[in-house]
Amino acid sequence: VLHTTRPLHTTQQSLAPVPPLPEKGGEVRHGLIPEEFFQFLYPKTGVTGPYMLGTGLLLYLLSKEIYVVNHETAAAACILTVIIYGIKKFGPDVAAFADKLNEEKMATAMAMKNESIQTLQTAIEQEKKEQWRAEGHSFLFNAKRNNIAMLLEANYRERLLMVYNEVKKRLDYQVAMQNLKRQKEQDHMIQWVEKNVVQSITPQQQKESIAKCILDLKALSKTAHAAV
Amino acid sequence: GPLSARPLMEVRLGELHTWISTCNFSPQGLLGAAQRAFSSYCAKYIHVKQGGPAGISMLLAGYCLLSYGWNYQHFSKNSLDSLI
Repeated sequence: VLHTTRPLHTTQQSLAPVPPLPEKGGEVRHGLIPEEFFQFLYPKTGVTGPYMLGTGLLLYLLSKEIYVVNHETAAAACILTVIIYGIKKFGPDVAAFADKLNEEKMATAMAMKNESIQTLQTAIEQEKKEQWRAEGHSFLFNAKRNNIAMLLEANYRERLLMVYNEVKKRLDYQVAMQNLKRQKEQDHMIQWVEKNVVQSITPQQQKESIAKCILDLKALSKTAHAAV
Repeated sequence: GPLSARPLMEVRLGELHTWISTCNFSPQGLLGAAQRAFSSYCAKYIHVKQGGPAGISMLLAGYCLLSYGWNYQHFSKNSLDSLI
């Protein structure tokens, strides 16, 4: 069950980013005594107070034999000398080496961070480009719709033409049939009439017509002779 | 802030008595106090960008003093007045 009414992040505290480490540690004098001790004694005894305290304490310990001087004291003195000499001589080099290691770590971390920031920014730009492209989709769809409409129109007109042609062919056929029939009837009638007329010319009529023609010709020749 | 919530360094000498009375001396309290002390020492002298020899040298010096204190009997046997 998720309590949606429970408030989240009520305090300002957050675990990241981690606050950076302080640059320098607490001040320590002679490598052993923190500076706060000297500041603590400064108002009452001035600058030399802690040193006087240290010398007095040392002499007291030695004289009362609370600190016993034996062979280990000599060993401790030699060891301390060597240690201090080593620190004074090789200290800065070791410090530089450690700083270099730190710098390399920081550089790799920063490089990773910058790289991821770069990739995210390129991703943002590409996303914006995709959004711009999506706006142009409407134009694309309009063009496609127009194409399809044109195809449909062309197909429809083609079929219309085909229908027209077929119907015209059938009608032409009917017209041609009627013409042929009339022609045949006409020819047949003419032939029949001619045949009957030829048959009706009897020999008697033929002789009369020939005699008439001869008479006409004679008359004509007479008039022609007269004209000449 | 209130007296019981202040760290030892910020308590004045006159108030030390009352401050000790407000301390928690149970095992958990002592353990917590030791942990807090060590973590504050680390944060001040060790977890810094440019620490020096002071961080561990103070710990080593404290160890030397402590071990001298534990073995005082043995040391004083070989001293000039070795009646102990």
